[in-house]
Amino acid sequence: MKIEVLGSGCAKCKLLAERAEEAARGMGLPYTLVKVTEYPDIVARGVMTTPGLVVDGMLKCQGTVPTVAALQDLLR
Amino acid sequence: MDGEAKACACSGAAAAPPPHASSIWSRGGWLLVALPAWVGLYMGLKPLADLLTFRVLGLVPGSRLGEAVAFFAFDGPKVLMLLGLVVLGVSFVQTFISPEATRALLAKRTGAWSNLLASLLGIATPFCSCSAVPLFIGFVRVGVPLGATFSFLVSAPMVNEVALFLLWSLFGWRIALLYAATGVAVAFVSGWLIGLLNMERHLEPWVMEIPYEAAAAASTIVGIDRRLELALQATKDIVLKVWPYVLVGIAVGAFLHGYVPAELLARFMGKSAWWSVPLAVLIGVPLYANAAGIIPIVQVLLAKGAALGTALAFMMAVAGLSLPETVILRKVLRPTLIATFLGVVTLGIVIVGYLFNFLM
Repeated sequence: MKIEVLGSGCAKCKLLAERAEEAARGMGLPYTLVKVTEYPDIVARGVMTTPGLVVDGMLKCQGTVPTVAALQDLLR
Repeated sequence: MDGEAKACACSGAAAAPPPHASSIWSRGGWLLVALPAWVGLYMGLKPLADLLTFRVLGLVPGSRLGEAVAFFAFDGPKVLMLLGLVVLGVSFVQTFISPEATRALLAKRTGAWSNLLASLLGIATPFCSCSAVPLFIGFVRVGVPLGATFSFLVSAPMVNEVALFLLWSLFGWRIALLYAATGVAVAFVSGWLIGLLNMERHLEPWVMEIPYEAAAAASTIVGIDRRLELALQATKDIVLKVWPYVLVGIAVGAFLHGYVPAELLARFMGKSAWWSVPLAVLIGVPLYANAAGIIPIVQVLLAKGAALGTALAFMMAVAGLSLPETVILRKVLRPTLIATFLGVVTLGIVIVGYLFNFLM
């Protein structure tokens, strides 16, 4: 599973990356985490608010930092 | 793909996902306990602060130190509690409003109406300056006029609803309304002027060249419990970010309250000092603070004889423009456009300041 966190590096983006990792680890899923920090790469995904979460190429959420439990629903 | 790649071959013990049932408690039942507790504590703040200052610490009522400490002990918790409640309510409502919806409303408009609408929508639409670049491109690329995009970018941080509710609860609805109306006016006129100047060629080329397709709204938020959870999270985020500003502002206020005669500040920031408005704006523009964090300082300035226009202009300058946001926007705007944007908005704020000092 490929998890991408879109965001230029603000506090919320870091928090989302941490929680996504925690969620994936808690589910026992093998994963790769990539932080997409350059604006052109973020914009190319069509998001308007950061942080964004992309799982295996699918945009799952943007502009919010879900809880670990909610993230596990998104990763499933 | 840019950015650091971090490969992980973790496969921890498979834990069962926590049950995600929504109970009456998580659907707002906790508010039935939390709200009365909030009201009770709020009503008890004044006696508690006096008890702490004059009984526990043994300071003398009417003395300078006593009055300063009592002011801080009462005002600090009061503003923080108000802030928490306001942010919770506003964040809940904002889970129903998205930048995507705002963009859809703006995309088909042209002319001055688009600027007015963008300035008004900026009040309620959730906005974080860290998203300024993707938001800017997202607006411009689906056909929102450049001027309307700027109207939104000015109004969103400056006239946000948290600031308005705080102004209302601390200074009354007249000043809150005044701030909202003038903030919207500055956003409207600045964006409209930028639109008239046809400055599209002063965007960085990649803004219009990069392949762009707006993403479908990802995972729409459903359920009261999920909305409340997001609102609580936002409240925690904002209060944790803003409380140092608030307490420093109130500490400065407490000091001024107890020790500094009103005439001193009035001389620098009162009506008679014609240069006070541009000076307040020039000091405020590079500063970065959430609008909520600057309000306690404005409270002190007003109480100590600063003119209303000067204080409002200072607040607008701090909340509306900042050095970090300018640096971020430089990624999409060429220097000419950045300078025009800063110049027009700064000028607008100065005019608002003078207008109120003249009228009130």
